[in-house]
Amino acid sequence: MTYSSFFQNQPVVGGVNGARVVVSRSFADFTPQASFDIKKCDVHRLEEGPPLKAELTREQGLQYYRIMQTVRRMELKADQLYKQKIIRGFCHLYDGQEACAAGIEAAINPSDHLITAYRAHGYTYTRGVSVKEILAELTGRKGGVAKGKGGSMHMYAPRFYGGNGIVGAQVPLGAGIALACQYQGNDQVCVTLYGDGAANQGQLFESFNMAALWKLPCIFICENNQYGMGTSMERASASTDYYKRGDFVPGIRVDGMDVLCVREATKFAADHCRSGKGPIIMELQTYRYHGHSMSDPGVSYRTREEIQEVRSKSDPISMLKERMLSNNMASIEEFKEIDVAIRKEVEDAAQFATSDPEPPLEELCNHIFHNNPPLEVRGTNPWVTLKSVS
Amino acid sequence: MASSLRCFLRTGKNAVSALQRREFHRTLPVAVQVTVRDALNQAMDEELERDERVFLLGEEVAQYDGAYKVSRGLWKKYGDKRIIDTPITEMGFAGIAVGAAMAGLRPICEFMTFNFSMQAIDQVINSAAKTYYMSAGQQSVPIVFRGPNGASAGVAAQHSQCFAAWYGHCPGLKVVSPWSAEDAKGLLKSAIRDDNPVVFLENELMYGVPFEMSEESQSKDFTIPIGKAKVERQGNHITLVTHSRYVSHCLDAAAVLAKEGIECEVINLRTIRPLDVESIETSVMKTNHLVTVEGGWPQYGVGAEICARIMEGPAFNYLDAPVTRVTGVDIPMPYAKILEDNSVPQIKDVIFSVKKTLNV
Repeated sequence: MTYSSFFQNQPVVGGVNGARVVVSRSFADFTPQASFDIKKCDVHRLEEGPPLKAELTREQGLQYYRIMQTVRRMELKADQLYKQKIIRGFCHLYDGQEACAAGIEAAINPSDHLITAYRAHGYTYTRGVSVKEILAELTGRKGGVAKGKGGSMHMYAPRFYGGNGIVGAQVPLGAGIALACQYQGNDQVCVTLYGDGAANQGQLFESFNMAALWKLPCIFICENNQYGMGTSMERASASTDYYKRGDFVPGIRVDGMDVLCVREATKFAADHCRSGKGPIIMELQTYRYHGHSMSDPGVSYRTREEIQEVRSKSDPISMLKERMLSNNMASIEEFKEIDVAIRKEVEDAAQFATSDPEPPLEELCNHIFHNNPPLEVRGTNPWVTLKSVS
Repeated sequence: MASSLRCFLRTGKNAVSALQRREFHRTLPVAVQVTVRDALNQAMDEELERDERVFLLGEEVAQYDGAYKVSRGLWKKYGDKRIIDTPITEMGFAGIAVGAAMAGLRPICEFMTFNFSMQAIDQVINSAAKTYYMSAGQQSVPIVFRGPNGASAGVAAQHSQCFAAWYGHCPGLKVVSPWSAEDAKGLLKSAIRDDNPVVFLENELMYGVPFEMSEESQSKDFTIPIGKAKVERQGNHITLVTHSRYVSHCLDAAAVLAKEGIECEVINLRTIRPLDVESIETSVMKTNHLVTVEGGWPQYGVGAEICARIMEGPAFNYLDAPVTRVTGVDIPMPYAKILEDNSVPQIKDVIFSVKKTLNV
């Protein structure tokens, strides 16, 4: 699903006789484009930062809204399915952080690369996997994006390298992907995400060092949602200025709840990398509404008041919606229609995810090796020999 | 091989001229002597030339010509883009190599020794080995991790561990352990051309050892298939299964035992994973006796796996005695020469174990 097709799949809006008609109010009634002030980014080792204003067209606004709302509803549906025990194991939800995924994708090209850690459902979506394939992977069915073999933390797509379970391990991988971009001379960048918890991992500093030495086109992004599992950033990090932790790597600190701020900062970072200046670090200040995972209620180490305050004052979806409404860029009915369509999309996806069969046992041992003749795999006892094909 | 060895020793000629004299060889006179180090170098050189996605990274691989000179001359020939010196950050550069493999390149990641790979083992196992499976075939990782493995000489405990059993344990990896120069060249070329993560266990003490390389093996397309063992010496009385440096020990032991009328069949595993159990079984069904020889520790080792597999297969019924394992001593490697020498299998240990197994 490309960005443009999100818009083309706009739901039916209004119209006479219930016919399929696009918006009955003409586009001339809405403001087609507006300029918004965005928060200034703190910078580290940079002369200047991203611009203080962002342009937003009506189409873009509706796109970003749709994407963020889809991720929101998809994550809440996953919450529901988990509580019904239809999803099991690990499930790390992204609601609250939608502006990060949506803003980053808006700023990079489909030909660029992205890798993240385990809170990955949002990025799996923005990188092109359908809600249906994501939910079916969470429920462990054969229609899942990894055929049910990966689960929540191991979803992949072209130019999207997961979904990685080991905290921090994705960062050297991302630097390596950037090395491949540089090696192949294709002008692409790699967006490499990690959290405030992972920010203290040694392998990050090893990656910063090599990326800077070799000027790899890598955008390191710290999604700082203030808690590494149950440990607040103040209790884990001697320095919580994550955008400065790269030392010799320039950094910017960004309001991660504002999709426009994220977009402008990512554009700025991508330009920096593409112009051969080497890596850059972005710290996105964001927040997760859920606990660390579904086994964490998320209130033993933070207060309900804090969560509620962020929801009411800084929710990324509400903020975008209010901006568009107050600038007459869209109507409340339009947003409602989008919500209805998304609800249906997510419901249909959940329906598929709960009814699709589990992967067949015959495929248990497949996908051990690529481009390999079939091999035999020992089963649980010597009399069970299983077959593995590439 | 044994007869030509005796011949040239008698005449007092050195190895090179002995081979050049036609009457010693039925094989083509264009066979040359190549050290394992040079064979590895040739393999990398040829693969770097053949496919521009192939590159080498690791500590000291470029301007130092390689800590053990295995990559000598490659940086001069291919430059900074293809031969990359890294900082001393194994976890970081191994991860970078895996990421590069995911994004379309074909890296050769050198660990100065496999002891240091422990710092990076998460990237080898969790990022490289498991990814093809976790992604249900969407994301492959064509990478080679290579470097010297196992005991060296006088480098003590932290620098002498054998990782064959550790890596051999994991699905998603291929684990290769060459012995001769031909093994080294053919298997490294196969490893580089393989679209999967391959752990390539070299041996520092073998780097300088010269071997005859056939004309066929000098071709740029010469590869040895991964997963096939080689019978280095035929014999009827007992099977010796081994890998890497200990192939030499077994062949030397076999030469001594032959004088006493005991003919050993020596199998060079060449690959640890996937293990060529069939070759071992075929041999055991002929000889009825099996001794495994390895440098690594006994517990949960390569020999232990071979024992288990033999018991589970048809060859068990052909055994006239339990399988014997000859292994490194179950201790961290000591430094003093006398202690180190007695921590790893010696030729006399192989001979002794063969005789015990044959009950002679």
